Amino acid sequence: MNPFSSGTRLRDMIRSIRACKTAAEERAVIRKECAAIRAAISENDQDYRHRNLAKLMFIHMLGYPTHFGQMECLKSIASPGFPEKRIGYLALMLLLDERQEVLMLVTNSIKQDLNHTNQYIVGLALCALGNICSAEMARDLAPEVERLLQFRDPNIRKKAALCAIRIVKKVPDLAENFINPAASLLKEKHHGVLLTGVQLCTDLCKISDDALEYFRKKCTDGSVKLLRDLANSPYAPEYDISGIADPFLHIRLLKFLRVLGQGNVDASDSMNDILAQVATKTESNKNAGNAILYECVATIMSIEDSSGLRVLAINILGRFLSNRDNNIRYVALNMLMKAITVDSQAVQRHRTTILECVKDSDASIRKRALELVYLLINESNVKPLTKELIDYLEVSEPEFRGDLTAKICSIVERFSPDKIWYIDQMLKVLSEAGNYVKDDVWHALIVVITNASHLHGYTVRSLFRVVQTAGDQETLVRVGVWCIGEYGDMLVNNTGVLHIEEPLTVTESDAVDIVETAIKRHSADLTTRAMCLVALLKLSGRFPACSQRINDIVNQYKGSLVLELQQRAIEFSSVVDKHKNIRSTLVERMPVLDEDTFSGRRAGSVPAAVSTSKVAPLDLPNGGGKVIDAPLIDLLGFDVPEPTPDHDNHHNLINVNVSPTSSPPGPNHAHNDLLMDLLTIGTPPAQNSSSVPDILSPNQDKLSSINILDQLSSPAASVEGKIPPASSPMLDLMDGFGDSPSNPQDNGSAYPSITAFESSSLRVTFNFSKQPGNPQTTIIEANFENKTSNSYTDFIFQAAVPKFLQLHLDPASSNVLPSNGNGSISQRLRITNSQHGKKSLVMKMRIGYKMNNKEVLEEGQISKFPPGL
Amino acid sequence: MGIRFILMVNKQGQTRLAQYYEYLTIEERRALEGEIVRKCLARTEQQCSFVEHRNYKIVYRRYASLFFLVGVDNEENELAILEFIHLLVETMDRHFGNVCELDIMFHLEKAHFMLEEMVMNGCIVETSKSNILAPIQLMEKAS
Repeated sequence: MNPFSSGTRLRDMIRSIRACKTAAEERAVIRKECAAIRAAISENDQDYRHRNLAKLMFIHMLGYPTHFGQMECLKSIASPGFPEKRIGYLALMLLLDERQEVLMLVTNSIKQDLNHTNQYIVGLALCALGNICSAEMARDLAPEVERLLQFRDPNIRKKAALCAIRIVKKVPDLAENFINPAASLLKEKHHGVLLTGVQLCTDLCKISDDALEYFRKKCTDGSVKLLRDLANSPYAPEYDISGIADPFLHIRLLKFLRVLGQGNVDASDSMNDILAQVATKTESNKNAGNAILYECVATIMSIEDSSGLRVLAINILGRFLSNRDNNIRYVALNMLMKAITVDSQAVQRHRTTILECVKDSDASIRKRALELVYLLINESNVKPLTKELIDYLEVSEPEFRGDLTAKICSIVERFSPDKIWYIDQMLKVLSEAGNYVKDDVWHALIVVITNASHLHGYTVRSLFRVVQTAGDQETLVRVGVWCIGEYGDMLVNNTGVLHIEEPLTVTESDAVDIVETAIKRHSADLTTRAMCLVALLKLSGRFPACSQRINDIVNQYKGSLVLELQQRAIEFSSVVDKHKNIRSTLVERMPVLDEDTFSGRRAGSVPAAVSTSKVAPLDLPNGGGKVIDAPLIDLLGFDVPEPTPDHDNHHNLINVNVSPTSSPPGPNHAHNDLLMDLLTIGTPPAQNSSSVPDILSPNQDKLSSINILDQLSSPAASVEGKIPPASSPMLDLMDGFGDSPSNPQDNGSAYPSITAFESSSLRVTFNFSKQPGNPQTTIIEANFENKTSNSYTDFIFQAAVPKFLQLHLDPASSNVLPSNGNGSISQRLRITNSQHGKKSLVMKMRIGYKMNNKEVLEEGQISKFPPGL
Repeated sequence: MGIRFILMVNKQGQTRLAQYYEYLTIEERRALEGEIVRKCLARTEQQCSFVEHRNYKIVYRRYASLFFLVGVDNEENELAILEFIHLLVETMDRHFGNVCELDIMFHLEKAHFMLEEMVMNGCIVETSKSNILAPIQLMEKAS
């Protein structure tokens, strides 16, 4: 029975799939087929195995899972007949990949087939090995492949060569075994063997320096001769493509010469002549010829300097660039990118052409050209080139604008010769494509503006003009509103007019108008509106005459549903209304932002500030900067790249307390969520799942868990057997998870205060109370007392609780703790126990402060909460 | 390794042949095929035959209703791949006689056999049509 002619049922399946009108129909057909195939597999049906495999390949191509057929491939390969093997190997290559363990089972079959007497079967096995072999198989089968490199039939040798490439890439140690056989492949006549042999040599050179050294010494002349013979060879119909003998071999050889010539003057010298010949003699009116020229140029650009050849290469690229075929222009741009490091002057000569390509209708060409222009720009040509690009921005297609805008902004930032030019260009970009400008770009613009004090008036007037014409560009409006708020007086008084400016008369109410328009525009987002409100507040200080009108505008946002706007509106309105005496000092100009700090921070891309400031009053600069001190990061497992043992413990610890899944955020638990977030930052879920069970199964891992906890809470024994149950924090913790406390108490009843934590330097007491009608929630009044004679500064209290608890921390009364108990800090905590009546409270706490400017950390576990909380 | 994958796709965007030379899960394949097919099919005849997508460069060529898409890495010579696609089509033409979408669909395994003789592990093995077709013809003769 022939597997390929008996494909009727396969045909039927393809037909019925083709007939499907919807994806759902197709899935149904496939499901039915897969069920039938599974049944056949379980019955070990041999007659139809090949057909089932063919079907599976088709199903796999359509993108459905076919893993259940993997064993069938192996059986098919193991069968004696050629057709079965043929389809088995094909299915193996399609359905399996080197990652599957099943593959190990096939090693033996492949080994047998590599030694088969039928050379076609040997070819099949080589092909499969070359496509999917893993490192283990490579080690096992390398000797066979090495032997097959000298097989009598060239069709086997060529496949063995490619197989060898896969093997040495998987196991680079094996490279030296292949150096000699590879070199001998270069003496062959058969094109297929040469093609793959040259490829093998090239890859060996990339893997092993010894190989490179060897081939450079022994094969450079030989390869040059091969290329020369090929270039001069008479017509060979089998390998001829549009009048050129085997362009594929040409290209391989040129690539090989590139590897040999790179960084070696002698080798480069010896290939000069043939490269010149290829570069000048190759026909350039057909694609095949151009492919060779393209490769030749790449080789000339990479090998050691020979100025004559470089001129030739750049000229070829110039010809390519002016070609009408878009493919040729594309590769020319591609190559010019590489050439720019070698000879930027020569590339600069083609600047105008390249700039034209930026405006091409073809997205691929535009992208290449834009990247090239970006590399071409330097201090001397930045002005005209930027002008061209910005002019083009006006007419470019929407999908290209994002890229283009980003590049222009980056160019302007990198090369701006002076600030006024920078500001001018940025305003143009903002007014053309403000919606594509990234946040950090306009932030940087504002930093530059604040630093250019002599340009404040000029900038605010320019912005005033453009915002009126391009008010739909969000970022432009933001920058404009910000500047009008800051420098509104300069706008009205025409302060610092430059001689290039046209005169502009703006009244105070014009300035307010523009902010009002911005805030009322329906598409304005929260940031813009909030910025508008700030600007209005500032203007009310600058233009006292307008303050009533400003108040009216602000008042409209008192009822805003957006909390941020509502709050600003209410607060600002009271500033305008009731605090006229402090208003002018309040709305003074922003201090100048330091450019170096800003750019440094931008380059370092500091991770977004974690809002610890809400948990405890930490003096953080607004919106980022020095985030948190290192020990805190350690404890919380904040993005720890290489966990030291210590980190590990903390990780685990935190995982006990904080669930892998975040609890549903209630309206009042913002702080708690922050803390949750804080605790889970940088801890991937996978880790959670592995470490939580560790701690929850005391039987297996008690010892390690205890050790973990020991490090944190001081007085505990470390050996399992000796733990006095009451004092062991571990067991207490387990209690917290497992026990059901006995007596749920009434609402509002009093609970005894506890000393939650006491060390030689610090005492923490907790007072408890409950709100009537809400038995789940406990309010804890935490009091911190300093037992030493030094006062503590930067005092922070932090707490973490298990998943069933929700914790809300109010701000502390202070962050300075005076010495000798002469005062205390109090902080309110609200804990909601979702398992109220079943589990009692547990808490992990940490306190950080500075004593004599030295940072001190204390941490502990609080488990002796009164029952019934 | 230059060639990362070879796809044959019809005008409607249905995959007719897919051969990958690097590991991608089925889901990744489906997503990738969808993305690049959308990108390539939207392009006009005049535009160049190269599309950059993710970290691949797609070299594609259209023959009647069938698109041939070859994904390569950055080192590969795009023009040579274009020539390779043509060689592939000529080879199939020689075997099937004016190859069409249905030939490939109903003789998927043969199309793969040809491809296997031409490309191994992402490298071109053989460029002579008669050498490529010899084993397949031999097999047909035997059956």
